[in-house]
Amino acid sequence: MKKLAFATVLGGILGIFDGLTAWFTPEVRDQIIGIVIGSTIKGVVTGVLIGLFAQRVHSLALGTLFGLAVGAFFAYLILLGNPGHALNIMLPGSLVGLIVGYAAQKHRPVAAERRAP
Amino acid sequence: MISETALDRLHELVTAPDLSGTRYELVSLLGRGGMATVYLARDTTLDRDVALKVLDWTVDESSALRLAQEARILARLEHPGIVPVHDFGRLADGRLFYAMKRVRGERLDRWAASGPDRHERLAAFLRVCDAVAFAHAHGVIHRDLKPDNIMVGEFGEVLVLDWGVARVHGQSERHDTIVGTPAYMSPEQMRADAVVDERADVFALGAVLAGLADERKALRAIAAKATAADPSARYDGVSALGADVSRFMAGLAVDALPETASDRVVRFVRRYRLAIALVVTYLLVRLLLLSVFRI
Repeated sequence: MKKLAFATVLGGILGIFDGLTAWFTPEVRDQIIGIVIGSTIKGVVTGVLIGLFAQRVHSLALGTLFGLAVGAFFAYLILLGNPGHALNIMLPGSLVGLIVGYAAQKHRPVAAERRAP
Repeated sequence: MISETALDRLHELVTAPDLSGTRYELVSLLGRGGMATVYLARDTTLDRDVALKVLDWTVDESSALRLAQEARILARLEHPGIVPVHDFGRLADGRLFYAMKRVRGERLDRWAASGPDRHERLAAFLRVCDAVAFAHAHGVIHRDLKPDNIMVGEFGEVLVLDWGVARVHGQSERHDTIVGTPAYMSPEQMRADAVVDERADVFALGAVLAGLADERKALRAIAAKATAADPSARYDGVSALGADVSRFMAGLAVDALPETASDRVVRFVRRYRLAIALVVTYLLVRLLLLSVFRI
């Protein structure tokens, strides 16, 4: 799996879990489906951007920082529409970006199939 | 009484090649084979060390033809994994010789015992496969592949040596001759009347791989398939063997081992262990934040 696909899938999976944790907040539990869908889309977009960055820049520190920044940025956009839950939105969103940024740099894509000389 | 050392020294002096009239100066003895002796020599024209393979006095005409053929085979196989020949000719004492690159390094088995990890060992094995596949593509079958004939150089380069019993495709050969080394010889090579093709080298490489492999099931299965007694049950060629080893290294399913569902799960977890560990870490951190800080 290439870095872009890997980061996108990982971002999506973490996005799903990120959304599911809203179930533990009783006042938004009835909106959980919308939250999971939105969170998944956010995770996928975060993964795409981080994957594209990881294809071009090969640095664990820069990749992780970029992931954190992208995760925090998208979380902030969500926060603008839902004021009052700053930590609940910013912290998990940033954590997803941080993890995907780190994993995308560490991931080694499968080598191309060998051919006869 | 003359001591063994003195006798050996005397033997060396008597059998030492006469390099007068050539561009080479004898430096030392490197090793002896069945029909020839390899010396370290100095190429005075290009100011470099070379290995000189000199035919022994005692051999017959067929050995002379074999040495000449070996030099020609090496000359036509220009590949980074095959030791290059620089010169071929006859010495003043009448013996045939050829000069080749002096290879510095260790035999594959000794190098493997010195501690490289599995990835490094298999990467070296793949370089051997590349060289042998190249020879096959040029119609040459090595027929004596074994760790002694594979050198790993100081910079990780891998060279396949000793093409003395190699056979060129379409070349006629006496069918009563058995060539090879028993531990690495395919069953058909042991039968003088059998036709030997590229799959004999696949067998030998399978035996070499078995010596490099650890206990991983898929790797053992690849070596077992390559060393199947029936040639038709082996890989079609060295490239197919190399491709399966590459798939193993990439964490993919290998042709040699039909997978069960549990094998597939184990392989998936091994391949994506970092991502799985990170997802689990995320969930643990998230649960911690929820339970302690209500975030």
